[in-house]
Amino acid sequence: MIRRFTLILALAFPAAPVLADDDYMPPVTHPATAEECSACHMAYPAGFLPARSWQAIMGNLENHFGEDARLDEATRAEIEAYLVSNAAPRVRGVAETATPLRISELPWFKREHEREVSARMMERAKSMSNCVACHKGAERGYFEDD
Amino acid sequence: MTRFLALPLILAAAAVPALAQDTSPAQLRSGYEAESGAAADPAAGKAFFLAEHSGGKPETPSCVTCHTSDPRAAGQARTGKTIEPLAPAANPERLTDSAKVEKWFGRNCNSVLGRDCTAAEKANIVAWLASF
Ligand code: HEC
Ligand code: HEC
Ligand code: HEC
Repeated sequence: MIRRFTLILALAFPAAPVLADDDYMPPVTHPATAEECSACHMAYPAGFLPARSWQAIMGNLENHFGEDARLDEATRAEIEAYLVSNAAPRVRGVAETATPLRISELPWFKREHEREVSARMMERAKSMSNCVACHKGAERGYFEDD
Repeated sequence: MTRFLALPLILAAAAVPALAQDTSPAQLRSGYEAESGAAADPAAGKAFFLAEHSGGKPETPSCVTCHTSDPRAAGQARTGKTIEPLAPAANPERLTDSAKVEKWFGRNCNSVLGRDCTAAEKANIVAWLASF
């Protein structure tokens, strides 16, 4: 499992600063993003989505997955710039013309989670977007099995 | 490797700025009262908070959707994440940062009602939350 993910990471994020661990994705270090994007869910690492996805998300915060998550323009622009410059150059299985808005709907994500997630885990987590419920180290960038 | 990485990450996380404690529930209440020109009514704040509204997003018909009907209890965001209690009696950080209060009134009123809350509505809600 870990080895398979290494390969996916290597292919999907050739230029992203992936560290030695196989199940590691650098967490958000930018203060405004860490603060503003962690109130309703964990601050998702920028490296999980391509730049165009972050632009689409940050361009429509008033209609954010069924909620209003608006920010003042200066903060919004600063967060968008951080996410875009730390985005995934490419995501495996996602065409350059597609703009996925969810990490949890990316092809590799669905593959990893389809069989491995039990009904009991899902009940506790409530939503696939709640990474922290199943990955205790998610806020530090670790998505190992625990 | 995991262990070596952990330390700098923890240090980086500690650099996040602290809350700006620039106001109090009483100051917020009188500010909103001055803006609306009427005295706050905590009972109206309670009714507003507990009511089902229309005009907003279908996912969030009420303040109670995320905060529960007891402001001293923790609520839950739709993502499963815990929301700390809103009543200052249960959570002293609440209603002490004017920019934060305005930001969340802006978002939450628009999610629930599809419009901003009026100064009178905000005064009523603040007065009710501070009454516990
Ligand atoms: C007001 C609450 C709120 C805030 C603030 C917020 N979000 Fe969200 N976000 C949500 C909700 C609700 C969902 C959908 C969760 C679900 O389907 O369970 C979501 C989902 C997402 C997803 C997709 C998660 C997945 O399933 O892969 C991304 C990406 C995202 N948000 C990015 C951001 C960014 C970037 C910020 C900061 C600018 C932010 N969010 C701030 C409420 C919020
Ligand atoms: C309901 C539980 C659950 C939720 C919610 C969840 N995961 Fe997972 N995740 C798992 C399980 C189980 C695995 C497979 C075990 C493994 O390989 O580590 C997995 C695997 C992964 C992997 C591959 C790790 C590896 O070592 O191969 C990544 C990366 C990952 N998840 C990221 C996420 C992200 C990002 C989110 C939130 C958007 C998330 N997960 C939400 C349970 C969950
Ligand atoms: C979709 C979920 C959701 C709904 C619906 C919702 N809120 Fe919130 N609210 C939140 C979240 C998340 C926060 C920030 C949590 C935190 O700071 O820990 C918040 C914060 C607040 C704050 C900020 C308090 C402070 O000083 O920190 C107030 C006031 C508030 N909400 C009032 C309301 C009112 C009034 C309504 C109904 C009109 C409402 N909320 C509806 C999710 C929601």
